[in-house]
Amino acid sequence: MPTSFLKQPSPDAALPDSNGRFGEFGGRFVPETLVAALDQLEEEYLQAKQDPEFQSQLDLLLRDFVGRASPLYFAKRLTEKCGGAQIWFKREDLNHTGAHKINSTIGQALLTLRMGKTRVIAETGAGQHGVATATACAHFGLPCIVYMGEEDVRRQAPNVRSMRSMGAEIRPVTTGSRTLRDAVNEAMRDWMGSVKDTHYILGSVVGPHPFPMIVRDFQAVIGRETISQSQERFGRLPDAVVACVGGGSNAAGMFYPFVADTDVPLIGVEAGGFDNEPGHHASSLTYGKPGVLHGSFSYVLQDGDGQTDDVHSASAGLDYPGVGPEHSHWKKTERVEYRSCRDDEALDTFDLIAKTEGILPALESSHAIAKGMEVASERGKDEIVVVCLSGRGDKDADEIQRLRSEKGHH
Amino acid sequence: MSAIDDLFKQLETEGKKAFMPFITAGDPNIEFSGELLQSLDQAGCHLAELGIPYSDPIADGPVIQASYTRALNKKIKLESIFGMTTKIAPKLKMPIVSMVSYAIIYRQGMDNYLKNAIAAGISGAIVPDMPVDESAVFAKKCRALDFSLIQMITPTTSKERAVEIARQASGFIYYVSIAGITGERNALPPELIENLKWLKTQTDLPICVGFGISQPAHAVALREVADGMIVGSAIVRRIAAAEEDGKSNQAVIDDVASFAKEMLTAING
Repeated sequence: MPTSFLKQPSPDAALPDSNGRFGEFGGRFVPETLVAALDQLEEEYLQAKQDPEFQSQLDLLLRDFVGRASPLYFAKRLTEKCGGAQIWFKREDLNHTGAHKINSTIGQALLTLRMGKTRVIAETGAGQHGVATATACAHFGLPCIVYMGEEDVRRQAPNVRSMRSMGAEIRPVTTGSRTLRDAVNEAMRDWMGSVKDTHYILGSVVGPHPFPMIVRDFQAVIGRETISQSQERFGRLPDAVVACVGGGSNAAGMFYPFVADTDVPLIGVEAGGFDNEPGHHASSLTYGKPGVLHGSFSYVLQDGDGQTDDVHSASAGLDYPGVGPEHSHWKKTERVEYRSCRDDEALDTFDLIAKTEGILPALESSHAIAKGMEVASERGKDEIVVVCLSGRGDKDADEIQRLRSEKGHH
Repeated sequence: MSAIDDLFKQLETEGKKAFMPFITAGDPNIEFSGELLQSLDQAGCHLAELGIPYSDPIADGPVIQASYTRALNKKIKLESIFGMTTKIAPKLKMPIVSMVSYAIIYRQGMDNYLKNAIAAGISGAIVPDMPVDESAVFAKKCRALDFSLIQMITPTTSKERAVEIARQASGFIYYVSIAGITGERNALPPELIENLKWLKTQTDLPICVGFGISQPAHAVALREVADGMIVGSAIVRRIAAAEEDGKSNQAVIDDVASFAKEMLTAING
């Protein structure tokens, strides 16, 4: 069935509601100490959204500093290999700093200045959000502290070097699983005591309201560009759109404009790790249950007591036991289909894309491409599948080498 | 009237203030927690806050976080915590309040959590990640069961909002002394006394102060304006010695009890 624009915007376009809920998901499960800062952030953001000066400042930076619009690229040899629908990549890897994360950090740095705050903190998993935050802070001259799990500091050394070069202070996190989830905890703890002068640039569409809304809105440029580029190139909408989901920011940014205005089928891809045993994957939507983590009500991976499960993914950026509340809503309403992609599939896809397209995709994005190929092979040659290539994979080369040698692939 | 309402009524008649130690359930093991509760009760403590270990506590500083991690590493389960309080609570004069993340309450189901906690002799809950805006449903269920839902007010809370929180709370108000995480501090914030005096004019509920309270001098400074004081990290740090310095359980219990007595003397003479 051909895809089309909706006659009127979906009611989902108006979410979150005034309580920060996407249907039943979202909300604000945080200590009272943070509530005032979240109120201030929400108020400031809603004003900025209506302020043409803020918007034109942001647009100019996205064009001249980030390098937008990012291209929509036809993966010709990959398409021939798959033998199904045409596969196109939305090239977020070509943004300054090499991933989609900067779309949101530039916006949030502008909000920081608007709120009169003088210090920025951030968490990072793969390091892409940390780099994007350090970049935005260097651009505006804001001091920047990045919390990063000790395990990720090891896995993502090149990004750690970039952040330090741009003047950010890296604070390795040694609590819990020493990955993204613990980095979020530490950033929140910092914010508890620094909330007066500090903005927390959260990296994904997770956390308490208004973060899931703000990050989605800043990332929605991905979906808006994809819609207009599709119309330009194809004279119509794509037949399916695929993006990877850890916390879910590139996917939320890609999907939201499609949810709001179109009936295009959307596929989110979670990290399937080794298998579906607890602790062996990071697929909250596929294997988890609704619950509370990091200030919001959404699908989570927890044990029967409510303790967060350890999770695993070869990709640091997807190695997270929760997911943005809007994705939970899209899952529940079946607007988006969520699939899970194993480590092995993602690693094989990384190799394949490197060799057939001359692109090193991030391991995160390799998950999306793997399932994008699956979706394409389910469809006819006249159809168009767009995959969000959320980041570049240079950062992953060493880790992939290590994983391959561990498994005796070489 | 919950056990906590009764407690404060009695303290008021006696002209006394409450001293409330916080301990983490299951650190270093659940039998120890049971013994410690009894010894704190015998020392004259007025209420115990029992921390339910949680994997992602964002309001807690390193000392309490580490104690949660120690307990969770030993696979502490809610069931064994409630099992311990079921046995110990009837022997105690002081009520027990659970300090528990909403993540845990939600996973059990609110009704189920309340049923099990009440059956286990627990009189109330402090849910540090459930601000007043998200608490209406749970607050209503607590009220119906005479289970106190203690809410927090902090230095970042606006006056208007503080009044609203006070209206929704039961048992007592937990006034957080500083904008920050739990942990010992040397000095109390200068505006704390003024804030407490103002809050006193806005509510009939008892007001107890926590976060950063760790020394007898703090108790002396606060006893004129607060109805009670909560001490966590200064106690949990002493308990950590059992695991980290190889101190015997009895020596740790004696150390904590003597610190509690020191604080009690500072509070009530």
